[in-house]
Amino acid sequence: MSAHSITEPSSRQKWVAGTLVILYALITITPLIWILMTGFKTPPDSISYPPKVVFTPSLEGYVNLFTTRTRVSPEALAALPPPANFAEEIVRNRNMVIAGPSKFGERFMNSVIIGFGSTFLSIFLGTLAAYAFSRFKIPLADDLLFFILSTRMMPPIAVAIPIFLMYRNLGLSDTHLGMILLYTAVNISLAVWLLKGFIDEIPREYEEAALIDGYTRFQAFYKVVLPQAATGIASTAIFCLIFAWNEYAFAVLLTSGTAQTAPPFIPTIIGVGGLDWPAVAAGATIFLLPVMIFTILLRKHLLRGITFGAVRK
Amino acid sequence: MAEVVLRDLSKRFGDTVAVDGIDMVIPDGAFVVLLGPTGAGKTTTLRLIAGLEKLDAGTVHIGGRDVAAEIPAQRDVAMVFQQYSLYPHLSVRENLAFPLKSPILKTPKAEIDRKVAEVAEVLQITHKLDNKATALSGGEMQRVSIGRALVRDPSIYLMDEPLSSLDAKLRTDLRVELKRIQASLGATLLYVTHDQIEAMTMATHVGVLNEGRLVQFGSPREIYENPNSLYVAGRLGLPRINVLPADVFGGVPDGVTQIGLRPEHIAQGEGQEAEVIRVEHLGDQARLHLTLKGHAITTLTDPHQDYAPGAHIKIAPRNPLCFDASGNRIA
Repeated sequence: MSAHSITEPSSRQKWVAGTLVILYALITITPLIWILMTGFKTPPDSISYPPKVVFTPSLEGYVNLFTTRTRVSPEALAALPPPANFAEEIVRNRNMVIAGPSKFGERFMNSVIIGFGSTFLSIFLGTLAAYAFSRFKIPLADDLLFFILSTRMMPPIAVAIPIFLMYRNLGLSDTHLGMILLYTAVNISLAVWLLKGFIDEIPREYEEAALIDGYTRFQAFYKVVLPQAATGIASTAIFCLIFAWNEYAFAVLLTSGTAQTAPPFIPTIIGVGGLDWPAVAAGATIFLLPVMIFTILLRKHLLRGITFGAVRK
Repeated sequence: MAEVVLRDLSKRFGDTVAVDGIDMVIPDGAFVVLLGPTGAGKTTTLRLIAGLEKLDAGTVHIGGRDVAAEIPAQRDVAMVFQQYSLYPHLSVRENLAFPLKSPILKTPKAEIDRKVAEVAEVLQITHKLDNKATALSGGEMQRVSIGRALVRDPSIYLMDEPLSSLDAKLRTDLRVELKRIQASLGATLLYVTHDQIEAMTMATHVGVLNEGRLVQFGSPREIYENPNSLYVAGRLGLPRINVLPADVFGGVPDGVTQIGLRPEHIAQGEGQEAEVIRVEHLGDQARLHLTLKGHAITTLTDPHQDYAPGAHIKIAPRNPLCFDASGNRIA
């Protein structure tokens, strides 16, 4: 399209559209900024009224998030050797000492293992299934696809009780494997449907050319189809990860210790030593990072993925 | 290179018969052109040989071996598709090297570089080797697609209208080049085209298809000069053969209802009087459009001869082809 095409918006239209987009972005990003700020406030600042926008930043929230602390008498505190690091110093200002690490790190790692594990499995199985549905004559293909989609027609939590009982009998409760399988089961319908759309768009001629060029069907699949489906795979992976990462209800129900993810853990911080909002906000901030980084890394693909099918190249 | 033998080749798609019992021997080193209108089964025949479609009946032998159970990779065929199908995620160089890197060929790197450079030179795409395959013009894509076949040394090359999307000059250049390559390699080639000049200049054999059946197979001259039906006669020749009722000129054997007159088979200055409709000057020749007893006739004439529309000239048939009512050749 040339720069002077009549379909190109005028500079005035661009200006109005730009302003609207920036306004909308500001509105949606405000809660995130507030959480980020709260993480760096002291507990009194975090609950002050009117709320403080300008404040002296503190790492107390982050220290509290990663540690457990015990209260000691001022005499005992005075008898201790000087603080070894900044964390110790922050904690002693509140008449406490660090008793040990909190479980946040462990829970966060659980989220990483379960989130990325189930995303990988959903994409792996979803891509193979989508390819098969797209390329082979499968008996009752339409019915099977409808069945796969129908698993998403009710909220997953509606089947929580049967799953809870089943997992208890199978010994999958509170295990990483159990959670990975569960999130994969929920995500796979999304993955199959989205990826089938992407693979349908890749002309078969490429595979036929590869077959003639001396490759088997499977080799043609990973040498020719997969690279071209990268966009679809990336955007599907982001959707799967976001679901698995943020899922709360099943995590509360099925995990309590070993495999507990961050979402059910973060609220429990509130109960430890009063309403520690900075620690909660610090947890939420750190929790945001992996999905944010993942999305930024795949951003180019995501944009193309969301608009796929709109413009045929 | 190898001989390819098709026996009773048949394929249907649902109720449509695409290929209907084709028997054909493609001799080792032959350049066979398949002619026929859209839907005659040309492309399906190529795909059946390549193994991209399953045979309903019949056999394909490549170099003496029945390839029914072999996947396309094992059949050792190279194919140029009508829609170029270059791998869009690869560069031109990678596209050309792709068949050589296959697990079946496993060509050493130095050999790949040498072959790719050689083919790129022939196809005049050396300066585009590091471009993305999608950043080429249609003609360039088609050349890369031809190149992807030429880097190999297969039993047979299958080409589906490979020159159709090129401009006239490039088409002529590549036609000559392709024929030269085929002749120097002694390659066996099965080539689908609509283009008469391609068929006449490159082919050692021409097969004419009609509704899935092979209606005539022979040398280009044989097909042109000695067609066995009106249908075959109409496939080659530009301007097209003139088909007239037998009684327009008379003097034909019994049973002949139609005669076919190629433009060059009309003598001027004798016989029946025809009216000039218009003259087309093509430079090296001129086409004369005439009407005789209500029938349109096209013939060739001296380019320096000027006839005004409405002028009358006498014409007579020379060696007409005679056909019966159902279009079969009689004499």
